[in-house]
Amino acid sequence: MTQVTITAPVRRFGGTSRRDAWWLQPLAVAAGLGLFVAYSTWAAFQAEYYHTGTYLSPFYSPELFGDSPHAWFGPKPAAWPSWLPWSPAFLILGIPVGFRLTCYYYRGAYYKAFWADPPNCAVGEPRASYLGERSFPLIIQNVHRYFLYLALAFILVLTYDAWQGLWFVDPATGATTLGVGVGSLVLILNVILLGGYTFGCHSLRHLIGGHRDQLSGINRLRQSTYDCVSCFNQRHMLWAWMSLAWVGFTDFYIRMCAMGIWVDFRLL
Amino acid sequence: MSTARFKIWRGNADGGAFQEYSVEVTEGMVVLDAVLKIQAEEAHDLGVRWNCKAGKCGSCSAEVNGNPRLMCMTGMDTIPTDRPIAVEPMQTFPIIKDLVTDVSWNFRVKQGIKPFTPRPADAHDGTWRMQQRDVNRVQEFRKCIECFLCQDVCHVLRDHRKHDEFIGPRFFVHAAALEMHPLDVADRVEELAQTEGIGYCNITKCCTKVCPEEITITDNAIIPLKERVVDRLYDPLSKLLRIFR
Repeated sequence: MTQVTITAPVRRFGGTSRRDAWWLQPLAVAAGLGLFVAYSTWAAFQAEYYHTGTYLSPFYSPELFGDSPHAWFGPKPAAWPSWLPWSPAFLILGIPVGFRLTCYYYRGAYYKAFWADPPNCAVGEPRASYLGERSFPLIIQNVHRYFLYLALAFILVLTYDAWQGLWFVDPATGATTLGVGVGSLVLILNVILLGGYTFGCHSLRHLIGGHRDQLSGINRLRQSTYDCVSCFNQRHMLWAWMSLAWVGFTDFYIRMCAMGIWVDFRLL
Repeated sequence: MSTARFKIWRGNADGGAFQEYSVEVTEGMVVLDAVLKIQAEEAHDLGVRWNCKAGKCGSCSAEVNGNPRLMCMTGMDTIPTDRPIAVEPMQTFPIIKDLVTDVSWNFRVKQGIKPFTPRPADAHDGTWRMQQRDVNRVQEFRKCIECFLCQDVCHVLRDHRKHDEFIGPRFFVHAAALEMHPLDVADRVEELAQTEGIGYCNITKCCTKVCPEEITITDNAIIPLKERVVDRLYDPLSKLLRIFR
C-alpha cells in the first residue's frame, strides 16, 4: 500500500466545521437503544405477567421451560442453580440480542452513539487508536449470519404465536373459537415488522444470491427471493427501528393485560 | 440580490487560516460560482480546482460548512447565510494550496487493485454474452466520478490516517465493480481482507451520505464484499461447503 503525508492536524474530539445538529442523531440512537435495553432487561428479569390467554410475549418466545401453558418442555429444569436468577427469557433472549448486536445497520449506529467512533460524519474522535473490525474483539461481528439462521427460526415461532393469538378459549364452556382481539393484531404486526427486518438482512441477501457474480444463473424463485430481500434491505434501518419499538410494545401490551391493568378488546 | 459572507481556508502544507470575503449572491448561484467570483474580484491567487461545473468531473471537492461536497453542486439557496460560510479543503489528503489537495494517493492505490480479468471469449469473434440482470448490479458502481468525497469523510482515513493499510470506500466500490462483474474471473477477496483493509470499515455509512452520484456504497459494495470475506475466512460452514462443490 502507498504512503501519504498529511500535515493538517487530526481534529480533536467533537471538532468539526459542521453547523447542523450533528450530535442529535447519535444522541437519539443512544436514547432509543438505551431505553430498549433497559426495558427489555427489566422485562426479562420479571419472569411473570408474560402471557395472558393465548398471547405470549415475544421476549419469552419460544418458552422452552416455564410455568405457562406455552412451555415446550415443562417447568424450570431442576438442574438450574438455585443461586442463579431464573426467567424463561434468559434461555432465548441471547439470540435476538445477538442478531441485532451483530447487524450491519446497528453496528454503524451504536459505534457512533456509544463509542463515538466517529461521533458523526466529519466530526473528530476521542481516540487516536483504531482497530476496526479486523481484529479482536470486533472481528466477532462476522458471526452475524449464524444469528441470522436462528433469527429465521424465531420468525417461524413468532408466526405460530401470532396464529395462536387468534384462538380464544371460552372460560365457561372451554370451547376454542377463532377470533381477533387487539392483542392478536399486536402479535401479527410484531411478526410482520420482525419479518421485514430479518428478511432485509445483509447476510441473507448475500447467502440467497449476492455471493454470485451471475444472478441470472440461479433459478427464478431464488432470483425473486433475492429481489425481495434486496427490497427489504433498502429500508433496513426503518425496519430495524420499527420492529425494535413494536416488539417492546408487544411485551408491554401483554404485560399490561396479564396484570389486569388493560383489558384486551375483542374485535371479532 | 443579497450578500453572503465566506470564510475560505487559505494556506499550504505548512499551515494556513480562514480569510473572510463577501460576495453578491444572485439567483441560481452555487458555492463554486461564489468562490470563483472571490477569485476574480478579491483574491486573484486563490487556489481552487474545477472543470465541468456540472457535477461530473469530481474536481471541485471541498468541505462546505464542514460537509464534504462538490462546490458546483451546492446551491447557495441550500446554505444558511446568517453566518460566514466556511469553505475548506478536503482533510484527508495533503494540501497543495488553499482549496486544492493532492489526491494522487488515490491513483496509486487504484494501481494496486487487480485489474479486470475477463474469462475466455464466449464466441469465436472474441465477444462475450452477458445478461442485463448481471450487468445492472455493477452498473451502479460505474457512476463514480472519483471526486473522493467518500475518501475524505471516511474516518479511517480522515481521523486515523490508515492510508497505508486501507484503500477507502472509493476503491471498495471499484473492487466491487470488478469482483461482481459477470465476466471477471480474478479473485480479490484475500487482498481485500489482508492488504486493502476492508475490516477497518465499521459501517458508518458516511461515504454513502456524501456521494454526489448517490451510489449506495456501504450496502451495495462494502457489505457484500465483507460478506465474501466472511465466506472465505471466517465461516466454517462456507469452508466446508466449498470442499463439496
